[in-house]
Amino acid sequence: MIPAPFDYHAPTTLDEALALLGKLGDTAKILAGGQSLIPAMRFRLAAPEALIDLGRIPELAHLEERGDDLVIGALAREHALEISPLVAKSYPMLLDAAKVIADPLVRNKATVGGNLAHADPANDHPAVMLAYGAKVVVRGPSGSRTIAIDDLFTGLFETSLAPGEILTEIRIPKPKPHSGGAYLKIERKVGDYAVAAVAVQLELAGETIAHVRIGLTNVSPIPARAKAAEAALTGQPASDAVLEAAGKAAANECNPSADLRGQVDYKRDLVRILVKRAVRVAITRAQGGRP
Amino acid sequence: MSKHEITVTVNGERKTRSVESRLLLVHFIREDLSLTGTHIGCDTTSCGACTVSLDGEPVKSCTVFAVQADGATVDTIEGMAVGGKLHPLQEGFWEKHGLQCGFCTPGMLISARALLAKNPSPSEDEIRHGISGNLCRCTGYNKIVEAIQYAADKLRGDAKGA
Repeated sequence: MIPAPFDYHAPTTLDEALALLGKLGDTAKILAGGQSLIPAMRFRLAAPEALIDLGRIPELAHLEERGDDLVIGALAREHALEISPLVAKSYPMLLDAAKVIADPLVRNKATVGGNLAHADPANDHPAVMLAYGAKVVVRGPSGSRTIAIDDLFTGLFETSLAPGEILTEIRIPKPKPHSGGAYLKIERKVGDYAVAAVAVQLELAGETIAHVRIGLTNVSPIPARAKAAEAALTGQPASDAVLEAAGKAAANECNPSADLRGQVDYKRDLVRILVKRAVRVAITRAQGGRP
Repeated sequence: MSKHEITVTVNGERKTRSVESRLLLVHFIREDLSLTGTHIGCDTTSCGACTVSLDGEPVKSCTVFAVQADGATVDTIEGMAVGGKLHPLQEGFWEKHGLQCGFCTPGMLISARALLAKNPSPSEDEIRHGISGNLCRCTGYNKIVEAIQYAADKLRGDAKGA
């Protein structure tokens, strides 16, 4: 399958990329790892008239802690997360996700930034970043601005990026002491999208869950948090009854559609189970354990 | 539509060609360079039959545009046996019957070589994880895992002997 013809641009600086995007407008798409965009172009689901390849802008490939944030450049590959000692030490939920995104070959090209900017509710990073309460930094013709992750996803494959803006980095706030997180995904086989997946990041105060954020993968048309489940857990001890209530709340508030991966009831029940499991793993990690 | 002159170092040789921007790397390798050991399997970024090494990392060449590889180094299966002598991985696939129809084998070998370069002593689980982007519909994978273990043992032995 051959994509429709397009003009290819390979800027070497972000300013050059922004100028090109300003000139070409909506007819152009940004190419980062290309592991979603190129298949979409091959199926002719996307037929941009021009591609602006970020691949030759090395300044976008960073992955480092700055202040109280983990900063992930738009060109950082999924594989970079997998092998990062920093991610392994302080961001175990991110490592959980990096290991189950697509397959190792795809992860050598695919980027975290692209995974978010594509805004596919079946992608894994949206739920993870929703649970972390991350922010994305975008650059446009009039400078940089920061978008809270809760405000990023506006529709299926749609974000709040304005025309002419490029996602340049993701910032994850460093988890506080007594925090833990987990990303649990059920997939039919390696490389498939999730049937359902759940990201949980929480902070304990003694035996009580002081703060928690939960993101869900592939069970709603727009990447979304499970806010009713969060409410069911916040301020509570992690008893079986509390976890069951949270799992049921998430199952109830998600909005999956039936497809070849399963029926609606099955997916809802999977969410119920995964929320309970992920909360347990997150608590174990918050207590310093390694499940 | 734009055409671009690109230079790619393929199996150690610099190749310069004029390509359409939409040309996929796998088509560049197979059709422009006539290196047909890299296979096209699923055409949907699923199977890994088209795996090549791009600047040292195995990737699906059906999901990279040739223009993205301008200036890069690409290694394909044709470059694996040096001087007519099989690479230990190729020898392992021979000895342990790591292939039946052979269609996935070039991609498997490229992935396996990258795995062993990073992890010379992989566990069975690490091998299975490492080749999980490459689908085989014949072997059930057991013989492929044994073949990679064979090569890992042999490469470690060679390294000790050197």
